[in-house]
Amino acid sequence: MLTLTDQNFQTEVLNSKKPVLVDFWAPWCGPCKIMGPVVEELAKEYAGKPVKFGKMNVDENSAIPSKFGVMSIPTFILFKDGKPVEQFVGVQKKEYLQKKLDALIK
Amino acid sequence: MENLIIIGSGPAGYTAAIYAARANLAPILFEGTEPGGQLMTTTDVENYPGFPKGITGPELMVIFKEQAERFGARIMGEIVTKVEFGNPSPQPSPIKGEGANGNSPPLVGGVRGGGFKVWANEKMYETRAVIIATGASAKRLGLENEKKLYGKGVSACATCDGFFFKDKTVVVVGGGDTAMEESTFLTKFAKKVYVVHRRDVLKASKIMQERAMKNPKIEFIWNTEVVDVLGADVGHVTGVVLSPSPQSPPIKGGEDLKNSSPLVGEARRGGTSRTLPCDGLFAAIGHEPNTKIFSGQIELDQKGYVVTRPGTTMTSVEGVFAGGDCVDFKYRQAVTAAGTGCEAAIDAERWLEAQEG
Repeated sequence: MLTLTDQNFQTEVLNSKKPVLVDFWAPWCGPCKIMGPVVEELAKEYAGKPVKFGKMNVDENSAIPSKFGVMSIPTFILFKDGKPVEQFVGVQKKEYLQKKLDALIK
Repeated sequence: MENLIIIGSGPAGYTAAIYAARANLAPILFEGTEPGGQLMTTTDVENYPGFPKGITGPELMVIFKEQAERFGARIMGEIVTKVEFGNPSPQPSPIKGEGANGNSPPLVGGVRGGGFKVWANEKMYETRAVIIATGASAKRLGLENEKKLYGKGVSACATCDGFFFKDKTVVVVGGGDTAMEESTFLTKFAKKVYVVHRRDVLKASKIMQERAMKNPKIEFIWNTEVVDVLGADVGHVTGVVLSPSPQSPPIKGGEDLKNSSPLVGEARRGGTSRTLPCDGLFAAIGHEPNTKIFSGQIELDQKGYVVTRPGTTMTSVEGVFAGGDCVDFKYRQAVTAAGTGCEAAIDAERWLEAQEG
């Protein structure tokens, strides 16, 4: 699980050869607390597969969230080849995220 | 077969789990689509006894969960998608006749407590008893553009998203406690908060009303509805369309509020409607019970709330109990939900005991 910042986002996500699932969260957000462990689990389950996982604290980083129009948290954006291809807002079922990830890395 | 399955993870579900676990029923609790329930999106809970300094909703729910786990409740992240209460599978030694008390109708299928089926993630669980604690969820306005702009200025969680509206203008729809709480909270960030309410009086409690009324950043817009959200073309909310509420003052031929489909909104707009530029929209217009999966399985009232037998938490089906906001449309408090969750666990425990004969 990568800790993403406004500074490393270009290198870790936009320049990444693998797709990246980014979890935009903040410590004060209840639903984010539910999704945090889900994304951690996914990161473990997809270890070794061609996909990366990262989380960005929107309280500490504002340039990237605003660039990608994040106005609700948790928001999850799937990046591929430096571009956002899917975006999910709010609590998501783990299976749903799995399905989207599987479709992307096949 | 399980002894007890609890569906829902708000104060009612977790309290039922605490009591049932302490009664050695080893309950399973399915958390569902909104783990922790409505309190996960609230700010400070100032009226839950035992927390004189207040506690945040999410913190309170973490403690509830810990307490349930401490006594051995099995908490599962799955979502219950289907239940079958009516046709319990045959049991080896069926007993006929009455349930826990003489006045109850005969046991469905005449089986020894349960044989109820609950599906979570395609997996079927059989259980002797069930507690429904699925609560209620916030209603949305039901506008097409509201859906399109969800997460782009339209928010379902003021505490999560208020932060994104620093020095911006937001609209809160509603006149109850939630609307007052959210508007007051949003003034921490927003430069201006409009509260749009379809009546000319608030339903909110006095203390919440006063707090909002005193706040210089909050302005009330009375007798008005939001009939459209603008900004879908640019990808974020730029404003809302307001229209006089048909309810108050009454307009001849005015449609019922429930019928405020986009088309009706469109039709209403002529002349009297106006655009209010804003960056965010929060709806706090009440709740609806999360009981769709129980339709046809137990008795629900017209609005979808679970009907329980007078003086107990038992539903129309023996062995199926219910507590919290899926039953209660009147009080709807964390502490009352916890209270009825406790009742449901005690009722379930006694009923299961009675089945042992």
